[in-house]
Amino acid sequence: MSKDGRIVAINANMITVEFASRAIQNEVAYARLGDQRLKAEVIRVRGTVADLQVFEDTRGLRHGDTVEFTGELLSAELGPGLLGMVYDGLQNPLKKLAELHGFFLRRGTYLDALDRSRRWDFTPRVQPGALVQAGATLGTVPEGIFTHKIMVPFSLRDTWRVVAIAPPGAYTVDDTIAVLEAPNGIQHNVTLCQRWPVKIPIRAYAERLRPNEPMISRIRIIDTFFPVAKGGTYCIPGPFGAGKTVLQQITSRYADVDIVVIAACGERAGEVVETLREFPELEDPRTGRSLMERTIIICNTSSMPVAAREASVYTAVTIAEYYRQMGLHVLLLADSTSRWAQALREMSGRLEEIPGEEAFPAYLESIIANFYERAGLVRLADGSVGSVTIGGTVSPAGGNFEEPVTQATLKVVGAFHGLSRERSDARRYPAIHPLDSWSKYPNFVNEEGVRFARQILRRGHEVNQMMKVVGEEGTSLDDFIVYLKAEFLDAVYLQQDAFDKVDVATPLERQRHVFNVVLHILQTDFSFPDKDTARRFFLELTQEFKNWNPTLFQSPEFNQIEARIAQRVHAALTQPAPAR
Amino acid sequence: MQKVHTRVLQIAGNVITVAATDVGYQELAEVRSARGTSLAQVIRIQGDRVALQVFAGARGIATNDEVRFLGHRMRISFGPHLLGRIFDGSGLPRDRGPALEGNWIELNGPPVNPAKRIIPRKMVRTGIPMIDVFNTLVESQKLPIFSVAGEPYNELLARIAMQAEVDIIIFGGMGLKYDDFLFFRDTFDHHGALVRAVMFVHTAADPTVECLLVPDLCLAVAEQFALQNKRVLVLLTDMTNFADALKEIAITMEQVPSNRGYPGDLYSQLAARYEKAVDFEGAGSITVLAVTTMPGDDVTHPIPDNTGYITEGQFYLRNGRIEPFGSLSRLKQQVNARTRDDHRTVMNTMIQLYAQCRDTQEKQAMGFQMSTWDQKLLKFGTLFERELMDLSVNIPLEKALDLCWDILARCFDPAEVGIKTSLIEKYWPSRPSSH
Ligand SMILES: Nc1ncnc2c1ncn2[C@@H]1O[C@H](COP(=O)(O)OP(=O)(O)OP(=O)(O)O)[C@@H](O)[C@H]1O
Ligand SMILES: [Mg+2]
Repeated sequence: MSKDGRIVAINANMITVEFASRAIQNEVAYARLGDQRLKAEVIRVRGTVADLQVFEDTRGLRHGDTVEFTGELLSAELGPGLLGMVYDGLQNPLKKLAELHGFFLRRGTYLDALDRSRRWDFTPRVQPGALVQAGATLGTVPEGIFTHKIMVPFSLRDTWRVVAIAPPGAYTVDDTIAVLEAPNGIQHNVTLCQRWPVKIPIRAYAERLRPNEPMISRIRIIDTFFPVAKGGTYCIPGPFGAGKTVLQQITSRYADVDIVVIAACGERAGEVVETLREFPELEDPRTGRSLMERTIIICNTSSMPVAAREASVYTAVTIAEYYRQMGLHVLLLADSTSRWAQALREMSGRLEEIPGEEAFPAYLESIIANFYERAGLVRLADGSVGSVTIGGTVSPAGGNFEEPVTQATLKVVGAFHGLSRERSDARRYPAIHPLDSWSKYPNFVNEEGVRFARQILRRGHEVNQMMKVVGEEGTSLDDFIVYLKAEFLDAVYLQQDAFDKVDVATPLERQRHVFNVVLHILQTDFSFPDKDTARRFFLELTQEFKNWNPTLFQSPEFNQIEARIAQRVHAALTQPAPAR
Repeated sequence: MQKVHTRVLQIAGNVITVAATDVGYQELAEVRSARGTSLAQVIRIQGDRVALQVFAGARGIATNDEVRFLGHRMRISFGPHLLGRIFDGSGLPRDRGPALEGNWIELNGPPVNPAKRIIPRKMVRTGIPMIDVFNTLVESQKLPIFSVAGEPYNELLARIAMQAEVDIIIFGGMGLKYDDFLFFRDTFDHHGALVRAVMFVHTAADPTVECLLVPDLCLAVAEQFALQNKRVLVLLTDMTNFADALKEIAITMEQVPSNRGYPGDLYSQLAARYEKAVDFEGAGSITVLAVTTMPGDDVTHPIPDNTGYITEGQFYLRNGRIEPFGSLSRLKQQVNARTRDDHRTVMNTMIQLYAQCRDTQEKQAMGFQMSTWDQKLLKFGTLFERELMDLSVNIPLEKALDLCWDILARCFDPAEVGIKTSLIEKYWPSRPSSH
């Protein structure tokens, strides 16, 4: 029986296809348009009719056109050579496409994700006769700064025996490097690469652990106040222009992880270009090598086909899980998960499903939950530990967090970095709201101190609110000082200059050091003769810190300024400055 | 031979349905009715039922009118012959020039491969301090002017366009008042810019659907010029009319609305247009300046909201001024590190102080006692508003930066402004002017 079907309806990027034999949910199919083949995915089957989302522009398709069903679920190709690549949502290498077609992304062109001609230096790690299971290491190849493990395909069930293993040597990703045999005699050839359906989590590990190790981002307000753990999840909701992307860009540079996968999902192409052009030139602060060597970019920007947005986040998380299986710590940054949710909403509308709130499909929550559940810290069969940390931005309509995507996300993540319009308007970057945000992960800087600092922030805020009603003159000097302390903490510690090459990233050690200096000031009981003197003291102190933050940690200049700060504090205590 | 269909099955809104096979998705058709001939585009195919969006509107179409499929999609003839010409929303001449022939290009071409884009690097000087200093415009940026009706947004648009150094200007008017159309045409003419401009004009009196094509016509033409190494500036006013036309079609097609009646794909639709802004590697660029009037001055309304999520910032026009707070140029950091070493610091400091000033103004309005510091802030605010924010100010960036230092020095001590000492030493005026 023919595996082909025929188009019976077209509605934007959804086609309805009558098929002859069978259709599998989420299988890949190709709509034929002249000599072009447009990739699509089955998203609903009813009787002999399937609805497919097409990952391309559907213009020109006709009623009656042929659709080929492949029987394969939408999958990612996994193997050495992923690092440093820039893919579209369907894992087409964009640079190769540019070589082939120039300026524009021509539809219907699909290229291999991995370079077919490149040879990798393979070192076997098992002997013939060994018994192995999915995920076990058969050998390794060096990939940049990493030892890339060649693993038993995750799709193999039960235990297999190694029948043959290739000797050390140079192999392409298609060369067979091992032959495995199942108890029932079936043999399987293992190459350097394997495929995995992107919507299914890779589970070839021994156990999931509780995330309790810090994933240092070098952003002070995050690491000190709202930390993220390796294997944890966090979200960054915020109105447009509040700084979600800038935060993720900084994190992608400085985060203390082995590998960063960036999923640019339905956002601006220009932002990807920045990463794409700058990373090869930037040095990884951990290794001294080019940042691109630890980065993979999956980009399906807003003018690229909408249906592929969904594919892009799944492709990204699948690649992240793949490297986790090698005992590496991987960070996945998705910007923006709302665009993916909107793509779901568009399809749901075309499927004429009963809409939920704001027309999002009713299953939105479970889809978001399942996605974030793919993060985690795991212990692998060989005892090593790997992790996938997921940080997603959310772009709520109207900047209002009471909307379905933000709410569904907040239910499942471990930390919430909510950006506020007031803070970004006042250029208080990063605009993470210090009172509304939260993290469920352990504090890695100074738990007691942070609690105290947060109290100052809260009280400072209250005093500020009160001052709006009763005025400065109706506020006691003590309250006023609390307010000044909160403003001081905000200005010198919470705010961080993304464009200063030192201040942009504060390593953990420096955070601990500086935080303690700040904390000491917050805990000091100052007595000023009047409010103007108090304000002036904190303004000048703020000034000192603004000079301090851009100095190199423990450089002579750093130490000098630190000493000056101590002097100022001391002076304010011993001889209250006279009123001006 | 093209087959003629003479049975219209359904007419709803501006969408008609005919029975036809062998029709390509998004193909064009010609509909002949007693009112004349209009183009129509296939927007849905269901079995042999084909839904078409009629550009001139469905009013007056009879069930036995002729529908002829053309076998191609919406297109426009491209070439230097476009320069100086004015067209309507279907791409037909609006001036007295000849009809277009040959060298057809399709609208809504494929997206640019991100790998072929480069990081924008060139500042577009406007002479407006609120732009040049605080929210620098950059070549290849896509940026809307958010405004309420009644603000001089078209004047601002025209002024930036005339001052910007670009090779080609493409103008797209959507739901434009006829007077405004004349205003733009005359302004271009007056500055001798008409010869390097192409205008696509849909006026408020024209059929709604034609409004939908204006951005696509503009951007398709702009793209071709950019590929020929030209620096192109596209002006689109008013994108709110475009979005409303989308809404109308969506409702006709019985789509479930997502937010205040707007379709769920509003973001994608707008993005598909704005993302045409580009700096090509090894070719020209497209900069897009648009106007988005905000219904009810509400920036959380779906149109400005979705726009803000797409564009690279926005100029917020209110009370005849570009607001420093709502406004943002996200590309400014690509250029303002290389303008002058104090640019970023001045920009941040001025805004932070102005934010404090706004708080103080509120306190003052409530009758609270003003401290010495408050007095300083108030003075600062007045000077800022008068000498920098006023739209009539027209000075180059460097002069504007000097003026910022001057204003700071007239109001504060160096220690009060939170600026790095090295910059204070370099720029703090020893004797500020005493206005
Ligand atoms: N940490 C920061 N330091 C300095 N400027 C910042 C910072 N974060 C954001 N900005 C400014 O705000 C602009 C917008 O930031 P960003 O692009 O990250 O916003 P966003 O939240 O991702 O918006 P959208 O939802 O529209 O994508 C930046 O271009 C920059 O000018
Ligand atoms: Mg963003």
